[in-house]
Amino acid sequence: MIYLTRKAEFSSAHFYRNPAWSEEKNREVFGKCANTNGHGHNYTLEVTVGGEVDPVTGFVVDLKLLKDILEQEVVSVYDHRHLNHEVPEFANVVPTTENIAVAIWRRLDGKIPNAKLQRVRVYEMDDLFADFYGEGLNDGISDTAAPELVA
Amino acid sequence: MPIAHFTRRYRLSASHRLHAPSLNDQQNRDTYGKCNNPYGHGHNYFVEVTVAGPIDPETGFVVDMPKLDALAKRELIDRFDAQHMNADPVFNGDFVPSTENLGIEVERVFRRAVPLLDPTCQLRLHRIRIEETKNNSFDLLAPGQIDALIPHEQHALQPIA
Repeated sequence: MIYLTRKAEFSSAHFYRNPAWSEEKNREVFGKCANTNGHGHNYTLEVTVGGEVDPVTGFVVDLKLLKDILEQEVVSVYDHRHLNHEVPEFANVVPTTENIAVAIWRRLDGKIPNAKLQRVRVYEMDDLFADFYGEGLNDGISDTAAPELVA
Repeated sequence: MPIAHFTRRYRLSASHRLHAPSLNDQQNRDTYGKCNNPYGHGHNYFVEVTVAGPIDPETGFVVDMPKLDALAKRELIDRFDAQHMNADPVFNGDFVPSTENLGIEVERVFRRAVPLLDPTCQLRLHRIRIEETKNNSFDLLAPGQIDALIPHEQHALQPIA
């Protein structure tokens, strides 16, 4: 198995807020990230896929194709958008770096021919990133509980 | 519930000298080269702390980052930043302050402290990575942790045939 990683970048706005909580609780937990006008980051996405090398082409996956898939599935949806307001999966899910990694996994899983999605890494800044390996997605425990439904 | 890995990167600048008491001066020079120079030298280290756990559906977080930062400040920055590592009590005898041994000490401290950052105690230290320079780095996977990119059967170190 060879692992291949492709990077992409997107710049987006977001804020952190749980609508089930009071203003004070949101401030306490999320600090200035709770400002409802939002703020932004230059995110770096690293997508790692695994597969066998095609003996004819020498590729695991055509990098141009992978780039196009990242562009279509992620960058074109997230770049220069407000994640809370304009990206449907964050209508009821806090767009933390962890949840962005899970959301990108859901967008990409099964879309890459001849290769298996292995890891989604999302850098919010160069000193902070989240990795998602697909763990716990199918254990029957809801991970998309709308915040307003959470006690 | 999705399990995610969250990594925070910290910088610390410290000096050290590599000198093992059980080796004589010549052996120390042969082993450590210029790292054995008597007054020591320093590096800008980067320490990456990776923790793993379920994403809290209320917050979207794996870990309360200010708590992780406070732990790192107390156990890493306040202890080692702008210090001579040989003066730290843990680096005595032949436990020299190589970056490998710094990693062992940092892993030991964080492995015990990280679960306490989470009220449900589901959070675990996954990995410590220390970059001594931009050209060399050391990774320590915490006990019981697996690298999800490496097939399980390859985790035990195998002798090279």
